[in-house]
Amino acid sequence: MTRGMVIIGAGECGGRAALALRDLGYEGPVTLVGDEPHLPYERPPLSKEAMTGEAPAIKAIATDELFAERSIRHIHSVRAVAIDRAAHVVRLSDGSSLSYGKLLLATGSVPRKLPMPGIGPRCVYLRTFNDALAIRAHLSAGNRVAIIGGGFIGLELAAAARRLGATVTVIEAQPRILMRGVPAEIAEIIHKAHEAEGVSIRAGQGIATIADDGAEVGITLADGQKIVADLAVIGIGAIPVTGLAAEAGLTIDNGIAVDERLQTADPDIFAAGDCCSFPLAIYGGRRVRLEAWRNAQEQGALAANNMLGANEAHAAVPWFWSDQYGLTLQIAGLSDEGRSIVRRDLDDGAFILFHLAENDRLVAASGIGPGNAVARDIRLAEMLIAKRASPAPEALGSQAVKLKSLLAA
Amino acid sequence: MSDWVEACAAGDIDEEDVMRFDHAGRSFAIYRSPDDEYFATEGLCTHEKVHLADGLVMDDIIECPKHNGRFNYKTGAARGAPACVNLKTYPVKVDAGKVLIQVG
Repeated sequence: MTRGMVIIGAGECGGRAALALRDLGYEGPVTLVGDEPHLPYERPPLSKEAMTGEAPAIKAIATDELFAERSIRHIHSVRAVAIDRAAHVVRLSDGSSLSYGKLLLATGSVPRKLPMPGIGPRCVYLRTFNDALAIRAHLSAGNRVAIIGGGFIGLELAAAARRLGATVTVIEAQPRILMRGVPAEIAEIIHKAHEAEGVSIRAGQGIATIADDGAEVGITLADGQKIVADLAVIGIGAIPVTGLAAEAGLTIDNGIAVDERLQTADPDIFAAGDCCSFPLAIYGGRRVRLEAWRNAQEQGALAANNMLGANEAHAAVPWFWSDQYGLTLQIAGLSDEGRSIVRRDLDDGAFILFHLAENDRLVAASGIGPGNAVARDIRLAEMLIAKRASPAPEALGSQAVKLKSLLAA
Repeated sequence: MSDWVEACAAGDIDEEDVMRFDHAGRSFAIYRSPDDEYFATEGLCTHEKVHLADGLVMDDIIECPKHNGRFNYKTGAARGAPACVNLKTYPVKVDAGKVLIQVG
């Protein structure tokens, strides 16, 4: 009897992996286990203006009918509680168990908790659709929202809250918003866009105290300023969900440690998406963990392929985007690998920063502009990064030189 | 059904590139392939209604600028997640230096 494939975590990554197993022709049992009540769905809309509609709905990546048609068993509202590696069995929170031939851990990440006293029911986090609905209920005209953390989740939520007419204050302990992974020049554009839309940004300010009485939240900053809000949303990063793997004796290193094929030290257990750290060959094997939608998709598909024995290495360039108001930011590669920056101006105020390492090797590109103004060039930059190309800086900086022409070089 | 509409001049689109064309409240994307043929599809990605004309054309593939959904623009076939619904395609002809599409 074939034991089949078991996937723990029914988010973007797990859902894509299940579908990919079938796309690749696997005919044995495929079981997808998720702790949410929903079908696998896209999380990026949860912090964006998609949530500002009258009746926000889940954007599922597959329907029950599709899963049935492809013989994918989706077990929802259930957690995996233990892995018995010797017996090749996963035990679930409902008391049942599943035996596996290969196991994929796509357990994702959860919001980092703010370790402060005074946090109460009006202090919330965003991870799931249900979290988003609960937040949505407070985002109306006249309501006051405090966003703790000037990262992408917080800033996207700030934009959505403004769209609904709420008063919004963003509190960031670092000297500026988007300190992690976003160049200052681009963060400044986003900062100004928020201020123009009426968001108050308090950067460089730690929080001294929080007092949540269940009706409103009083936040006192280090310099004594007070902010009172009907709701505080805490968006200070995410941590990988690794408990199951750790208890099974797998190595944890800023996530479930896998090799470039997404395999753990146990050849029958793989991990992919937000929950895993893996070596990125294009940056000399630097171990990274990515919290990004496209990475979740790509690694889900790659893990499926390798569970079937393909033995293929992850080679994708990290890619990320954010939408706020009419602006879209896209980043390809890891900008902290760069030593110098070349700027390329596009139409309508859009621009791209190319991040170059030694010998002018292109290691990342960060772009911002209205609509999808930077999309095409960021995509081309991504291909150049994947090729480890070192295009002439003056060509990168000139709008007259088509990036596509540099790919052929 | 046989409405041929002038979309642009043949030279308005570079080889291996795409251009947006709006007509009667609908949006189309017109493509010029690397081997200098012209094609047309509906203008918005089937995943999230994004204008494909902001995307990148590589060989036979148009890639959505937002989430990298891929389609073969010659056939409309969806070729990569998150795109799973095919694009509609429309007949195209070049006449006297003009690109015409049959919007149907």
